[in-house]
Amino acid sequence: MFDWLADTIVYGALGLTEGERLAEALHFFVMDTAKIFALLVVVIYVMGLLRALMSPERVRAYVRGKPRWLARLLAITLGAVTPFCSCSSVPLFIGFVEAGIPLGVTFSFLIASPMINEIAVVLLIGILGWELALLYVAAGVLVAWFGGLAMEWLRTERWVEDYVWKIQMGEAQPTAAGKGWKGRHRFAVEEVREIVRRIWKWVLIGIAVGAAFHGFVPGEWVTTYLGAQGDWLAVPGAVLLGIPLYANATGIIPVAEAMLGKGAAVGTTLAFMMSVAALSLPEILILRKVIRWPALALFAGVLAVAFTLVGWTFNLMA
Amino acid sequence: MKTIQVLGSGCASCQRTHELIEQTAREQGVEVDLRKVEDMADILALGVMSTPAVAVDGTVVHSGSIPDRQTVLGWLE
Repeated sequence: MFDWLADTIVYGALGLTEGERLAEALHFFVMDTAKIFALLVVVIYVMGLLRALMSPERVRAYVRGKPRWLARLLAITLGAVTPFCSCSSVPLFIGFVEAGIPLGVTFSFLIASPMINEIAVVLLIGILGWELALLYVAAGVLVAWFGGLAMEWLRTERWVEDYVWKIQMGEAQPTAAGKGWKGRHRFAVEEVREIVRRIWKWVLIGIAVGAAFHGFVPGEWVTTYLGAQGDWLAVPGAVLLGIPLYANATGIIPVAEAMLGKGAAVGTTLAFMMSVAALSLPEILILRKVIRWPALALFAGVLAVAFTLVGWTFNLMA
Repeated sequence: MKTIQVLGSGCASCQRTHELIEQTAREQGVEVDLRKVEDMADILALGVMSTPAVAVDGTVVHSGSIPDRQTVLGWLE
C-alpha cells in the first residue's frame, strides 16, 4: 500500500524515472514518511490506552527489596515497557536510590528504557522485519544487563552527589491516565499529539538521511567499508559517530533501513542504532545533577564498549 | 482559591504544563495560586518520580505527561 502510494507520487505525479538517484531517494522518503507516521500514530494510541498500567513509580515499587538478579531482570523488562521523558531521569534516579535499589540496577533501567521501547520495536518489525527487531531487543537487554553490572563493579556509588542520599521520598498515588475507557481514550489521543509533536522533526530528519543514503551513497562503498567483510574498525567508528548524534530510537530506524539495504553489516548497523538512541550527550549530561564526572564518563565508556562488542559479535555471527 | 503546583525541573514539557494551566484558568476566569516546584527534594517529597506532575492543594493528581485540557478543567472546578 505504501509502496503503491510512493510509486504514484514519485513516478506518476512527479514524472520521475525509476532508477534515477533522485527518484530513488524521493521514493524512499515518501514511502517511509507515510509508513512510519501511520505506524507511530497506531502504536502510540494503543500504548496510551494501556499506559495507566505502567509508571516509573510502580516499577520502583516492584523492584524494591527484590534479590539483585530479579531486581535487574524486572528493571530491564519494566524499563523496556515504561516510557519516560528523559527530563525525568533525575527524579527517577533519586527515587530508585531512595528505595534502596542498587545503583547497578538503576543504571540497567536507565540504559534499557530509552533503547528498547514499544514504538521502536513496532517500527523495527514493520520496516526491517521481526528478526532484526528481535536481535535489537536481545542486544538491548544484554547491554542493559552487563552495563548495569559493570557500573556496579566500578563502584560508581562513590560519585553519587551527597544530597541524593538524603532526599526523603513521599508516598503518592499519581494518576497519569484518565479513569475509565473514555478518560483513557482522551489520554491516548493527547499522547499521540504530544509525542508526534515532539519527535516528528527527528523522524523526518532520519528519513531524509536514510533517503539520501539510499539514493546517493554507492553500494560498493558501503559493502567495502561497512559490509560484513569490511574493516573491523567500522563498528567502533559507528558507535563514536553515534554519540554526538542525537535522535530518538524512532528517527534512526530509516537510516538503519537504508544502511542495511545497501549491504551494511547487521552488527555495524545495530551498534550505530544503539549508540544514537541510547548514548546521547544531552541525556547523559542531565545525569550530572546526580552523579559526578568520573561516573558519567564511565557510564558513557561502558556503553560505548558494550555497543562495540555487540556489533562485533553480530558481525561474526552473520 | 486553589493552590496548583506544577512539579518539574524546568524541562520543556513542564513549561508547557504550566502555561496550559495558566491559560485555561484565565479563560475560565478562575483565580488560582499557580506555583512551580523545581527543587528535586520537594518533588520527590511529594512522591513523584516522573515529571511533569501536578498537585492540587498538596495532593498529586497527575504525573508523567502534559495533562489534557479536559483534565485541567476538572482541577479548576
